[in-house]
Amino acid sequence: MDYLYFPGCTLYTKAKNFDQTARNCSLLLGFELKELPNWTCCGATFPLATDNLMALLPPARILASAREQGTVLTTLCAVCFNVIKRTNRLFQEDGEKRDKINNFIEKNYQGDLRVVHYLEILKQEVGFPQLKERVKRPLTGLRAAPYYGCMLLRPFEEMEFDDKERPTIFEGFLEALGAKVVEFPYKIECCGSFQSVGSPDVATECAYKILGSAMKNGAEVVVSTCPMCTFNIDHKQSDIKQKYLDFKTIPVLYFTQLLGIAMGLDHRTLGFEQNFVDPLPLLKGKGLV
Amino acid sequence: MKIELTRQKVHNEFAKKVELISGQNLFACYQCGNCTAGCPISFAMEIGPHEAIRYTLLGLEEEVLGVNTFWLCASCLQCTSRCPKGIDIARVMDALRMVVLRRKERRDHIQISEFPEGFLEKVPQIAFISGFRKFLS
Repeated sequence: MDYLYFPGCTLYTKAKNFDQTARNCSLLLGFELKELPNWTCCGATFPLATDNLMALLPPARILASAREQGTVLTTLCAVCFNVIKRTNRLFQEDGEKRDKINNFIEKNYQGDLRVVHYLEILKQEVGFPQLKERVKRPLTGLRAAPYYGCMLLRPFEEMEFDDKERPTIFEGFLEALGAKVVEFPYKIECCGSFQSVGSPDVATECAYKILGSAMKNGAEVVVSTCPMCTFNIDHKQSDIKQKYLDFKTIPVLYFTQLLGIAMGLDHRTLGFEQNFVDPLPLLKGKGLV
Repeated sequence: MKIELTRQKVHNEFAKKVELISGQNLFACYQCGNCTAGCPISFAMEIGPHEAIRYTLLGLEEEVLGVNTFWLCASCLQCTSRCPKGIDIARVMDALRMVVLRRKERRDHIQISEFPEGFLEKVPQIAFISGFRKFLS
């Protein structure tokens, strides 16, 4: 089956490695990501002020346009997923706002699209046991910490993605690839998000706590589902090092990059040059590339 | 700061405005502090989110709008997810931001022209767009 796919702005620029590895892996797993034509930015934040309908227009347009092409829309970026899924939910539940937005964008979208994350496709459509059978290069001995962040999980009632305090989908995915899952208490804590623009020092501190906790529990690599998180916990490691002199860097990979390794893709196609901390020494040491 | 204990300031216009924008019932808050305890950024906040709610209820408008608390909120929704009274606290923090940003004098929280050199090339688009939506009027 093919899936309508919304990449989002960052996957076209600073997270090309996330986009490319997901597309390549999906072909190996027997489905294709069909890019939504003429997509725009999703707005990158779900408006929390209840009277702010303007910020709902971009995701509403995306949903309406996707519904003209199919019935299921998938995303990779956790922030896009959150914004689009919450807007879809609002279209299902709030008739007044739905009509107002539809009138404005001159569409008639009724909220009848299914919004799924790539991880959900891997779990529900491919299946983790089947995924395990298709792994060509098991990540045996790699101690990986699954970092969920916030946007996939919260608000729990609207995202309906996984348990709000003890999610397990990411663990199931890493186990299917043969990795050793590292449990750590900061796996659902915030990375600081857009505070990297407002108060960068605060975001650095959040990242330091997350990475410190993962390393203390034995992680060799932290795995992410979000370009915002990845910026904060990977690229900001240079800022952490300046503040905490004894800090040792740790590679941060997108889950699709690990999937790519496990599916036997050539490591030169996995876009490691966009990762701030070079994962190659670790992966070579484990005999994975 | 001097706080006068009186019942007159409760149900003030400012609290009503915050309730209207956030869509939340602030009077449901019983000050358990769960939001502040679970907040990943409370270490840097001048007052905790639960205190910001209390200040708002007491009508201490200038005092609560003067702290950094709601500017530092990253909308991660940990507080919202854990509030035993079902208050979407992140919406309350956003409403406080909105009260400032929608004022006539339009005071932005960040100045794009003051970003350090190379910042725009380094930071991903997604962070800028959500940051601009939260910090610019």
